[in-house]
Amino acid sequence: MYLCILGLPLMGFIGAAGFGRFLGGRGAGVLTTSLLALTFFFSCIVFYEVGICGSSCTLSVSPWFLSESWDATWGLLFDPLTGTMCVVVTSVSTLVHLYSTSYMGEDPHLPRFMSYLSLFTFFMLILITGDNFLQMFVGWEGVGLASYLLINFWYTRLQANKSAIKAMMMNRVGDFGLGLGIFALYTIFGSVNFESVFACAPHLSDEKIVFFGTEFHAYTLIGILLFVGATGKSAQIGLHTWLPDAMEGPTPVSALIHAATMVTAGVFLIARCSPLYEYAPDALGVIALAGGMTAFFAATTGLVQNDLKRVIAYSTCSQLGYMVFACGLSHYDLGVFHLANHAFFKALLFLGAGSVIHAMAGEQDMRRLGGLGQALPFTNTMMLLGSLALVGFPFLSGFYSKDALLEVSYAHFTLSGDFTFILGCGAAFCTSYYSFRLVSLTFLGEPKGPKKAYEGIHEAPFQMAIPLVILGIGSLFSGFLGKELMVGLGTPFWQNAIVNLPTHNTGLEAEYIDQSIKHLPFVLTCIGGFLGLFINSPYLSPTVYKMKLTALGLNLYTFLNRRWLFDKVYNDYIGAPALNFGYNVSFKSIDKGVLEILGPFGITQGIRDLVNQIHKLQSGLIYHYAFVMLLGLTFLLTLLSLENLIQVWVDPRLWFVFGLAFMSYFLAGEKTTDEEKVLG
Amino acid sequence: MVSYLLPSLILLPLVGSVILFFVPSSSVKTIRVGGLLISSATFMLSLLAWVFFDPSSTKFQFVYEAPWLGTSNIYLILGIDGISLFFVVLSAFLIPLCLLAGWESIERQKEYVIAFLVLEALMIAVFCLLDLFLFYVFFESVLIPMFFIIGIFGSRERKIRAAYQFFLYTLLGSVLMLLGVLMIYSQTGTTQVELLYAAEFSEMAQIILWLSFFASFAVKVPMLPVHIWLPEAHVEAPTAGSVILAGILLKLGTYGFLRFSIPLFPDASLYFTPLVFTMSVIAVIYASLTTVRQVDLKKIIAYSSVAHMNFVTLGLFSLNPLGVEGSILLMLSHGLVSPGLFLCVGVMYDRYKTRLLRYYGGSVHTMPIFSAVFLFFTMGNISLPGTSSFVGEFMVLSGTFVSNPFICFLAATGMVLGAAYSLWLYNRVAFGAFKPHFISTYSDLNRREFYIFVPLIGAVLWMGIYPEVFLDEIHASVYNLLENFSRPPIDGSLVVDGKIS
Repeated sequence: MYLCILGLPLMGFIGAAGFGRFLGGRGAGVLTTSLLALTFFFSCIVFYEVGICGSSCTLSVSPWFLSESWDATWGLLFDPLTGTMCVVVTSVSTLVHLYSTSYMGEDPHLPRFMSYLSLFTFFMLILITGDNFLQMFVGWEGVGLASYLLINFWYTRLQANKSAIKAMMMNRVGDFGLGLGIFALYTIFGSVNFESVFACAPHLSDEKIVFFGTEFHAYTLIGILLFVGATGKSAQIGLHTWLPDAMEGPTPVSALIHAATMVTAGVFLIARCSPLYEYAPDALGVIALAGGMTAFFAATTGLVQNDLKRVIAYSTCSQLGYMVFACGLSHYDLGVFHLANHAFFKALLFLGAGSVIHAMAGEQDMRRLGGLGQALPFTNTMMLLGSLALVGFPFLSGFYSKDALLEVSYAHFTLSGDFTFILGCGAAFCTSYYSFRLVSLTFLGEPKGPKKAYEGIHEAPFQMAIPLVILGIGSLFSGFLGKELMVGLGTPFWQNAIVNLPTHNTGLEAEYIDQSIKHLPFVLTCIGGFLGLFINSPYLSPTVYKMKLTALGLNLYTFLNRRWLFDKVYNDYIGAPALNFGYNVSFKSIDKGVLEILGPFGITQGIRDLVNQIHKLQSGLIYHYAFVMLLGLTFLLTLLSLENLIQVWVDPRLWFVFGLAFMSYFLAGEKTTDEEKVLG
Repeated sequence: MVSYLLPSLILLPLVGSVILFFVPSSSVKTIRVGGLLISSATFMLSLLAWVFFDPSSTKFQFVYEAPWLGTSNIYLILGIDGISLFFVVLSAFLIPLCLLAGWESIERQKEYVIAFLVLEALMIAVFCLLDLFLFYVFFESVLIPMFFIIGIFGSRERKIRAAYQFFLYTLLGSVLMLLGVLMIYSQTGTTQVELLYAAEFSEMAQIILWLSFFASFAVKVPMLPVHIWLPEAHVEAPTAGSVILAGILLKLGTYGFLRFSIPLFPDASLYFTPLVFTMSVIAVIYASLTTVRQVDLKKIIAYSSVAHMNFVTLGLFSLNPLGVEGSILLMLSHGLVSPGLFLCVGVMYDRYKTRLLRYYGGSVHTMPIFSAVFLFFTMGNISLPGTSSFVGEFMVLSGTFVSNPFICFLAATGMVLGAAYSLWLYNRVAFGAFKPHFISTYSDLNRREFYIFVPLIGAVLWMGIYPEVFLDEIHASVYNLLENFSRPPIDGSLVVDGKIS
């Protein structure tokens, strides 16, 4: 059964990719969806066994590559963390599979699409079930590949091509860090297996490692390097630029990969490595700061985006920041809990957005939507539900994880705690604003799109409605149901999967902070929500537009709308110089320049010149030859007269050889002239 | 009986080529099929060597000995150990694929088949020979058939220039190696490798000899300042020529390091490790950045070969088992992946007669199977986990990290840049808008082409998912090889100064 969890999606991939042309779109859809549903069923059993009954288990399959103490194996590890992730991944994946059969139903490449989705699920499951860093790395890169293929699914669009490359490249930068982290781990622990590494973690916490000629605390270095990997995958600040662009892919892909599952891999990685991070407080500080900044930065950017999906993408980025800073404050359980809740409501939002886009024949610019509330009541309800869950409306799922997060960060009483609390509250305000702005622009107000689109409007068909309903139920109840189990005080649920040093846990302090602080996020959310609804309503928008045209407003708007100019900096200061170097310096100046002149071209040219020179020497004029002979004789005589001096350096025997050679040459030359005479 | 295995492995293609020599060149079919049969039989025979190979022994196996120059103490000794075993198998594996690749597109089949069979015999001989002098002779003689393959079957007028460049560059380095071999011979009176392993050279002698060998091997790898023959030769060579060039010939250099430089001159190897590291790292970054801007399909793959082969040298000179085993695997993997890529380019070239990137686009539309295969090898090229290159590259990098984290950091940027150029290439060829005014034939892989790729894909996956089969054979030999270097145990204490103590 444990192996089936991996095997079934793989079978789905092989079936849909290899035999897609026999199955047809419908067949491939049915095959992959049913296999995924079965996987989900097994995952639930695993969650029950591993999580609720508390019997973690490992399964070693086979060795992979072993050398010295390098112990990469194929093996599965099922502990509560894996179990939770399994349920989240397979449930969302199953629903997205189902949704896609309808959403992509008219696409001639449906089998290919379904096969990619299954491939993605397979790699994601490899990522979360691996029992060593290397196997996790397999999944890590594999989901990157699947994401590349899926973003590129509509391959004729230039934007999609660019975004796909960008996604893979940015992720590769992260993988670079993750790879180095694994090497550093191996240097310290002599193993890449989770069990051995985490078992040794408390004992080697004083190790040092030399990197860049400086001595670092080993765990801090490892922690930061691993976090670079997480930054890439989880779109944290610095390496986040790929995530909004990845929205070029079909919407179900955005829901599955770029909201619910793949982007949370970084959070999973940090939670998985909690035994290491607990002994690296500096690394934790870095993580918390990066997470806090991401949460805030992405939320502010989301304020002024006009693309329906981009708003949700920035919201994802911001929520990932929340999860990451929770981990950075040693509350891995909260991070994972928020991850699970977020998966439901964010998938709901994306699929709802997909439903809108589907209904409006591909229109996703919010400025050309509006007034859809009456036309799409079901979708409207679902989107509203998703938005409420996202902003943390009381008793919906976001409330249980996000508010708890802000409380523990306040109760942390450290620099990073305060920093993340302030930024987190700011982000909560922005989240609420852009969520309700989205609702207001899309569903309320006047219709702003072309009439034709509104005429052809239709509510989501059955296969698309079912996932929305299920995810809606998830967003309603997942927080309420999971709270005590996952983040309740002293819950035994996580067993050894998440290690938390007693001194780092502020869960209890969070219960006793000031009531006003506890209510602060809710108040901010309410204000943000109202602002979002009213500023963007038809009555106020002319005023807001005028405000936007003032100098300050324009600057601010441009800065935010152009996403804090990250892309520009990367393109102009990293991308372009590297490409220039590759052509102008390395290829044109060195390979085709210096090396060619010193190498083949220079030599052939040089010999040609030399031949020309020597050729000129044979002028056929007697006085030229006489002059050369005179010169040579003088030279020889000078040499002979200086013999005593030269003998110190030059072996006299050489002179003998030279003389002999000269004589023989001379004689030979004479002979030929004789023969010529005879012949002549 | 076992001792005749290696001579028969060498003689089989040689005899075959002699027989084919007498077949009239008009009966093309006989020649093709005959060549394929002979090379396949050689491959089977090489598998036999793998089957009978004893992984627990550090000795050379299947040793065959015969006098060569009776009075001068030079013997023809053949034998393989865990290091050379797979190169023999790989050589024998690639030749049938090469013959298949030129099945239809090459007109002078007779010369083609004979050249490849002779090349096969020579390559296998190089990997089996355990005599320094004869190694040198065969190392050089491999150039001759390759020279003809580029010069005769190449595509453009520039091929002559490329062939000369290829020849001269490699020869230039080898002259110094010949001097080194003669110096060894004059000092020890023998050129047998096994005896030389026991010989000790003074430090100065080691340094001089190491440099003279390095000059020859570095050209073959190729390392940075002497790499420009490679793109030139690849671009002009026919598809199969590129396959062999990338698959086997480049490995001769790194094999030389492994077989001679490191075990014969351990002190010098340690002494020059920083040099090799620096050169390799520069080459990795430099070649990767250059690759990004190339527009010729073959040049892209050629430059990426430079980057990958310099990963190999990095691993070799990390001088710990992890790095060395990784670099052997990376060599093997590169011997599968880059031939795969060259064959993909060949498929495109056979159809459209151009190698320029800008004419291609949207092949996924018209050639789905080809695009899938190409994707697979592209992923192999960026060493996606699950393909063979990942195993090699990861082991190399982690071996390097143990000996020098900073170099590992720089080299690992190659991972990112590798993704850049590979994806760039793949996106340009497979995705994007379809360009009907440039491309007018729509035919996917035919059966012959498909079956060329199947064994390569199988091997890459096998080596990526279960490389233990290969590593098991390699372990003993590598450990034996590195016995001269006191190995730092894996803990922080000895890596403090970033060097091998």
